[in-house]
Amino acid sequence: MSEASTVSRTAGTDTTVPAVSGARQFWRRLRTQRAALVAAVVVALLVLVALAAPLLTAVEGQDPTTYHPSLVDSARGGVPIGRFGGISGDHWLGVEPQTGRDLFARLVHGARVSLGVALTATLVQILIGVVVGVAAALGNRWVDQLLSRATDIIVAMPLMIMALALLAIVPSAFPRPVLVTLVIGLIAWGSIAKIVRAQTLTLKGLDHVAAARLSGWGPWHVARRELLPGLAAPVITYAALLVPMNISVEAALSFLGVGVKPPTPSWGQMLTSADVWYQAAPQYLLLPAGALFVTVLALTVLGDGVRTALDPRAASRLGVGTGRGRAGGPGRGTGRSNGARDSGGRGPAGGAAQKEDTA
Amino acid sequence: MSLVDVTDLTVEFGPLRAVAGLSFRLERGAALALVGESGSGKSTVANALLGLHRDTGARVGGSVQAAGTDVQRASDAELRRLRGGKAAMVFQDPLSSLDPYYAIGDQIAEVYRVHARVSRRAARARAVEVLDRVGIPDARRRARSRPHEFSGGMRQRALIAMALACAPDLLIADEPTTALDVTVQAQILDLLHTLRAETGMGLLLVTHDVGVAAESVDEVLVMRHGEAVEHGPVGTVLGTPAQEYTRELLAAVPRVDEERGDPARPDAALADVDVARVDVARAGAVRGEAADAEAPDGAAPGAVGSGAGVPGAVVPGGVSGPGTPGVGSSGLGPSGGGSGVAAEVVLEAAGLSRVFGRGKRALLAVDDVSLTVRRGETLGVVGESGSGKTTLGRMLVGLLPPTAGEIRYAGRPHTGVDPAVQMVFQDPVASLNPRRSVGESIADPLRARGRDEEHIRGRVRDLLERVGLEGAHYDRYPHEFSGGQRQRVGIARALAAEPRVIVCDEPVSALDVTTQAQVVALLGELQRELGLALVFVAHDLAVVRRVSDRVAVMRQGRVVESGPADEVYDSPQDPYTKQLLAAVPALDPETAARRRAARREPATA
Amino acid sequence: MSGFGGFVLRRAVGTVVTLLAISVIVYVVFYATPGNVAQITCGPRCSPEQVQQVAQQLRLDDPLYVRYGHFLQGLVAGQDYSTGTSVEHCPAPCLGLSYQTGQQVLDIILAKLPVSLSLVLGAMVMWLVLGVGTGVLSVWRRGRISERLLTAVTLAGTATPVFVIGLVLMIVVCGELQLLPFPQYVALTDDPEQWAWNLLLPWLSLALIEAAAFARLTRAAMLETLAEDHIRTFRAYGVGERSVVGRHALRGALAPVIALNANNVGSAVGGAVLTETLFGLPGIGEELVHAVNVVDLPVVVGMVLVIGFFVVIANAVADVLYAVADRRVVLA
Repeated sequence: MSEASTVSRTAGTDTTVPAVSGARQFWRRLRTQRAALVAAVVVALLVLVALAAPLLTAVEGQDPTTYHPSLVDSARGGVPIGRFGGISGDHWLGVEPQTGRDLFARLVHGARVSLGVALTATLVQILIGVVVGVAAALGNRWVDQLLSRATDIIVAMPLMIMALALLAIVPSAFPRPVLVTLVIGLIAWGSIAKIVRAQTLTLKGLDHVAAARLSGWGPWHVARRELLPGLAAPVITYAALLVPMNISVEAALSFLGVGVKPPTPSWGQMLTSADVWYQAAPQYLLLPAGALFVTVLALTVLGDGVRTALDPRAASRLGVGTGRGRAGGPGRGTGRSNGARDSGGRGPAGGAAQKEDTA
Repeated sequence: MSLVDVTDLTVEFGPLRAVAGLSFRLERGAALALVGESGSGKSTVANALLGLHRDTGARVGGSVQAAGTDVQRASDAELRRLRGGKAAMVFQDPLSSLDPYYAIGDQIAEVYRVHARVSRRAARARAVEVLDRVGIPDARRRARSRPHEFSGGMRQRALIAMALACAPDLLIADEPTTALDVTVQAQILDLLHTLRAETGMGLLLVTHDVGVAAESVDEVLVMRHGEAVEHGPVGTVLGTPAQEYTRELLAAVPRVDEERGDPARPDAALADVDVARVDVARAGAVRGEAADAEAPDGAAPGAVGSGAGVPGAVVPGGVSGPGTPGVGSSGLGPSGGGSGVAAEVVLEAAGLSRVFGRGKRALLAVDDVSLTVRRGETLGVVGESGSGKTTLGRMLVGLLPPTAGEIRYAGRPHTGVDPAVQMVFQDPVASLNPRRSVGESIADPLRARGRDEEHIRGRVRDLLERVGLEGAHYDRYPHEFSGGQRQRVGIARALAAEPRVIVCDEPVSALDVTTQAQVVALLGELQRELGLALVFVAHDLAVVRRVSDRVAVMRQGRVVESGPADEVYDSPQDPYTKQLLAAVPALDPETAARRRAARREPATA
Repeated sequence: MSGFGGFVLRRAVGTVVTLLAISVIVYVVFYATPGNVAQITCGPRCSPEQVQQVAQQLRLDDPLYVRYGHFLQGLVAGQDYSTGTSVEHCPAPCLGLSYQTGQQVLDIILAKLPVSLSLVLGAMVMWLVLGVGTGVLSVWRRGRISERLLTAVTLAGTATPVFVIGLVLMIVVCGELQLLPFPQYVALTDDPEQWAWNLLLPWLSLALIEAAAFARLTRAAMLETLAEDHIRTFRAYGVGERSVVGRHALRGALAPVIALNANNVGSAVGGAVLTETLFGLPGIGEELVHAVNVVDLPVVVGMVLVIGFFVVIANAVADVLYAVADRRVVLA
């Protein structure tokens, strides 16, 4: 038990800001987590595959959209001809039932759609969320009320349902992947806005922000220099959660037939009719399902790792990540909420000022 | 057999040796205080008595006997019987030490049922009984309240009630009053005293506050770096300390009955000046008395100024001589120089009020406060939590707009922040941006004025050196510094703006007492050199006395008493001020006993 | 207590406002899209006459706010629709008529509601029991191998999309092993036993991923509580580990679990759509996917509103429960 936490009537050694003093420290902490490292390698490979998809299919000598009617047995409803779903030197992973399109090509191009849509949608969500959250926290009471209400409403809208319905009414001429990206990005920014608002309010109340104001800088300069860097950690942490979520949503929408539509390949859409063919061509089910599983798992583990690296104290408390860095037992981490406790317990001004912020 | 017998105790957390070969005994019914600064290992010892280090990864060596249990060898079941049953612990922060989700009575009953085979109903009855015993009014009803519905003092009483539940032989109190206001602290210490007298239980008190120890125990053990420095009867150790460290520690403790002056000041030559100043200030105080009486509520700033002006008038004569030239005038613009009788007024507030929230929940944090601060003087603002002193400080520097009233800088009405009025903050961690080097933080005010890079670097180096750090520290980050050093950085940053006034909001309350003394001394030096006006906001009456020419005592948003520091402290007029001063722990055990008796009188009357 | 009553009242007003705002947004988004609304509404195979008729029915000549007013009026007071030959009365709350079948949208929804409620509520019980149970178990066994195993399983669970796990379960359990028949919805009122057996797989598919999230959250919240000062107090008073974990740490996790449950109602509804489609259960979700595919706009809008209604109400209830679980939020 640290003595530091016992003597202070005070402020303790702790604030709500994760003590990140540089990207170097972040990498060092990330490197110590084996699971996160493996996940990072997997994610890097996936990104590489997605980027190099045209190259890879060129090596195979196939493309994702060409029909090969000769490779499926139309008499048996379109089952791929040959053993193991038509695996051959030409078609490394076999062909799609009914159409005979090359599975390998569709899988690697599917990675493009999956990752592309998820990452871009995450960017849109973060952009809107940060702008709304910061504006709500720094604006006057009315701005805050308005934006917070709007955020509440957005949070209350079920993403899948709204996306499903919205995708139905947009003309099919609109490029589907872009549309799915926009729909996810424009509907699901509520949580990030809430997090950003809360964090900005916390940061705003910190003394170093007050000190910067006293230095004579204008409000914009103070916001940019003292506030925004403090948002990086929570935003990155949450973004790391959003990416796998968005991948699942895109896959689900495509699975339901309203997301990315053929001929553009997508993992979710490949699964739409996979249950019918699982006996004849098991890889038609297993490949996209496995790809989804591995991608979401790797991104989730990486997300946990990022969180641990950005806020080791909170992460060790929560025991996320590798499972190794648990709280050391009773007594450890007792100084944790000193900062918060202090502003609440000491002096009315701290508590009252917070009240004002949240009012 | 002794109640507690610790022999050659060592506790190591990995490479860190928190306790190194400590031995002491505590007889039945006796009281011992472990006194030390942060990092001395005193709380670690307290935890070792209950075997709380077991299974935490800490290595514990030596032998610990507590209330008849060999803590090192005891089985888990024996240890559980010891904990709470024979030896009970009271923790520092009563709010976080109770489960927020359960009623206080239920929590006490749960603990009681661990040690006594009784029905739920009987355990609840016992809980009400002990709550009543520690002076919680209407205990039967209050037992159903949850911790957040209690005040800080009430929560600490509830924790003590929990400790009493199983009638233990030994009470371990780990900083039991550190989170409390001084008047509440006095009540809790009195309660501990009474309970001990009635039940005959032994007390092991862990505290950083020598005064608290003097109030409560028979024996003192001074600790430093995990080792015992000095051990003996409280009167001997505090009255005639044998060890150098004990003497330093005692010298650093600010005393509420000691007139202004910094014992820790290194410069002997300055001491004379100060004595002179104090004397003159006293003389002036007498003259200013009549005018001062109406100062607190005086809406007319003129009246405040005349009352407050007397000690201020004296200061420049005594002070500006040694310090002002050079730095002072360069930093302070046209009006520098301390000539003339009454120093110019640099900061004024008239009728300041601040309301938080609206409607039914509105809270009047500051209520019609007027004050004047003159060049070169220090105004102390003292009050307990809830007094509005921090809100007042924030309004003075323009961080918080007042609901009503006016602030004038150098005679001109002003709203918003101004580099000429700076602040030193309470929390040396939160007040520095962890992502920027300390040099960059200090350079902020200079950059805001668009100074060129070379000038900035040079000036920041000068400032770092001026506050007792090194110029080479420019590129270091806040986490590389100790609390006291960070507070020095905060002071350097405030100075960089070349202010005329610095508002210090609890600048030393997060620091150990020896560091406190150093920072206070630094502020005093800077004030003399630069002719700064200081507003020193703090809860600690002794610290405020040490630094202030004049003081204002705040309660519930109002100034209840103000005037020259010595006058307010030596002959307080307002009953609240008297109560506050009576509650401050005395360093001398005999005085403490006398005060306790005095405190009890009005209570029983 | 008046503080708490006031809190509930404020929350209720907020809920009504949110519902209204959602209805405006949904209405505007769907009926003010660029392009020929009548053509979209009627579908791609409509003749020009049919499109004309639809345009008339939609009162496309009126400004948008007037149309929304009519829509609201229908919700509150009911509305009459002329279907060319006869006039059909649609009682309040009227969500309009389907363009495909001419049925009242509300009737369609009400007919499907029992299926969806059976699915979601059953799954919710399952994910709460499974998730919180797993979380508590992994905290209780912390530091042992079984904890690591549980952690790995829950991590894998969070990474498996509903339709993937549903597909695999259906193929393995119903197809290969033939342990269960392919699910067919049987009403609870007809045969409770068959109802449960048939819904078992859909419940599992929907609940597993949510259960994983709850296991992670419960574990995290309990570990966080275990690091707090008051736990130290109880340990220092000889209170046993069983009570420390089972009573104090679990109580600390209650409020976060309620909050997550509220948050996840939305995503669970999305999962229900997938589950219904996958297993061919005739619920709202399946009907919605159908309506989307044939672009039956009144049905789509009605369903989005009804689902939004349920989600918002669930959120409001969760907020109040949260406040009950953690009274301090009322004061904040």
